[in-house]
Amino acid sequence: MSSKAFAAEQLIAPPTGTVPIDFRELWAYRELFGFMVWRDVSVRYKQSVFGILWALLTPLITMLIFTIIFGKLAKIPTGGIPYPIFSYAGLLPWLFFSQSMQRAALSMVAERNLLTKVYFPRLIVPMAATLAPLVDLLIASSVLFAMMFYYGLAPTPHSLYLLPLCVLWTWVTAVGVGTWLSALNVYFRDVGQLIPFLVQVWLYASPVVYPASLVPASFQWLYALNPMTGVIEGFRWALLAHGSPPGPLVLLSLSVSAALFVTGGLFFKRMERSFADVV
Amino acid sequence: MIHVEHVGKRYRLGQGVRHDTLRDAIAHRVRGGFLRSSGRSEQDHLWALKDVSFDVAEGEVVGVIGRNGAGKSTLLKILTRITPPTEGRVRLRGRAASLLEVGTGFHPELTGRENIYMNGAILGMTRKEIRRKFDEIVAFAEVEKFLDTPVKRYSSGMYVRLAFAVAAHLEPEILLVDEVLAVGDAAFQKKCLGKIAEVATGGRTVLFVSHNMAAVQQLASRSILLADGELIADAESSEAVATYLSDGNQRSTATNLKTKDDQFRIESIRFDESVQELGFNKPLRFDLSLSLDRSYETANIGLGIYNSLGACLVTSRSLVDGLEAGEAKLSIRILDHHLPPGDYSLSLGIHRGMESIYFAENVLSFSLSDVGVSDPLIQPYLARKRDRLGAFIPGVWEKV
Repeated sequence: MSSKAFAAEQLIAPPTGTVPIDFRELWAYRELFGFMVWRDVSVRYKQSVFGILWALLTPLITMLIFTIIFGKLAKIPTGGIPYPIFSYAGLLPWLFFSQSMQRAALSMVAERNLLTKVYFPRLIVPMAATLAPLVDLLIASSVLFAMMFYYGLAPTPHSLYLLPLCVLWTWVTAVGVGTWLSALNVYFRDVGQLIPFLVQVWLYASPVVYPASLVPASFQWLYALNPMTGVIEGFRWALLAHGSPPGPLVLLSLSVSAALFVTGGLFFKRMERSFADVV
Repeated sequence: MIHVEHVGKRYRLGQGVRHDTLRDAIAHRVRGGFLRSSGRSEQDHLWALKDVSFDVAEGEVVGVIGRNGAGKSTLLKILTRITPPTEGRVRLRGRAASLLEVGTGFHPELTGRENIYMNGAILGMTRKEIRRKFDEIVAFAEVEKFLDTPVKRYSSGMYVRLAFAVAAHLEPEILLVDEVLAVGDAAFQKKCLGKIAEVATGGRTVLFVSHNMAAVQQLASRSILLADGELIADAESSEAVATYLSDGNQRSTATNLKTKDDQFRIESIRFDESVQELGFNKPLRFDLSLSLDRSYETANIGLGIYNSLGACLVTSRSLVDGLEAGEAKLSIRILDHHLPPGDYSLSLGIHRGMESIYFAENVLSFSLSDVGVSDPLIQPYLARKRDRLGAFIPGVWEKV
């Protein structure tokens, strides 16, 4: 934190109306943000026996189950892509999203000790919580590339820059949903109970185990309101050239993500004032 | 510099309890909508601070005193921006950090070294700043050998030392110190006080919240006194302390004191005022009434008597055996205390085994009259100096 941020006279007054997000202040606290991410990552791998192995096992085992049930038994069409690859490529962004979103949602209550004792821009907490699963994503994607090599599939050339963009999009969505839920969770602990259910429903409402093309055409626009639809389809298209290139429906998904991101931040700022009194 | 202007903070009673679940919130909305015509009533609210104004100049050390619940912590929370005020405003220049968050953000799985960095960052230090002070922090905390051990394996003493060391090496322009002095062993407490004195005399702006009246008077030349959220004195420390200690002149009884043990409740403690008429050096009697949910083999009950300067003059401590469940009424007589006339306050501490379950200063206060001082030469002297004399034991000089 640079002392420059404090050189000027500061005013502490009752908050009124909508509080804008103070980006300069967020920037001043970037080191704390970094430390929080680092803490989450290092604590996560410190005490488990298998350590980083878990980051591989979770998507692998889920993928195996999906392959048996949806690939072999239900024979869901994947447009020529081996089902293991198809579902794994959907699982990667999905797991990153669901873990980030969950961690963010529970973060404010988990850090109540900090919130009631030290001041810092509160937005740091849910935002930092979303980044630790990024490490899992990187570890898990090594398996994806190994599998693609095994099946003799090469990633498309433009995936080099499109995949990171898709990950960024996933993150923006997770932060949007996470900030909404984390602020609500401070006031209503029901949110903690709701999340596992939400994740379950959301998984099947997204094209993880099936392609989006299976959804009837008349429902496509409704389906695209789920931002994860665009993210996962985009991810598969960028990596495997599967499905159709991004069209107006992807734009719809994108704008829902952006709306969640912006409103999440504003809602969080609005609720922020009484966090320390309520949490 | 700090300008506090008409600051007030209102809490909703039961905040965080009533709307803990969505169902309650919905139920409340529905009830509010259908059954209540007006908004929330004023009775649901508690003003933790009311119209508090004061200024602190740069480099000044100001004490903040008041009983538990007077609003001291709320004031600090507003100054550190943890919670916003409901009304009024504060203008300040410089980074304000408080020592009330000792150990905040320590993670048990991280090593001592990692926690120093993490905690430092939480308190607002830059990585560079922490690196520069790292050795000093480690030396102060006396944990060199355990730097790479997760703090979950630390003894509680080491843990607290490390936590205080990080906080104490923070160098904000405005330092807010809350009761952190009750940590660690005696030697470390002394070190803590020394460090705070060093900071306080080093030209930093300091707000020093404490129940230790001697320390307040020693470190702060000026003090503000809060009572029920209102600022009732802003004066020289000795004067504010005297006001604080005498504020309960009529408060010879305290009731419903909360202990850390839910099954051990203090119904009341009372000073037997009839002693006032008895006069100089007559036995003092205190009555303690307890309500117990189970029997206690022993309890260790201590009293301390403080003069109007806040100095502890008399302490007493004794074991009570075989406390049965139910109501228990106890009484103690303190003989030969030799306390001169004046205003005193009482502290009460209760231990169960080695564990302290209750301690509070200034639980009640009382005055001793000068009835019974017969010597006409000594009487005006006692009347003038009063309780500041401490124990007054008349002697006789003899020529030898």
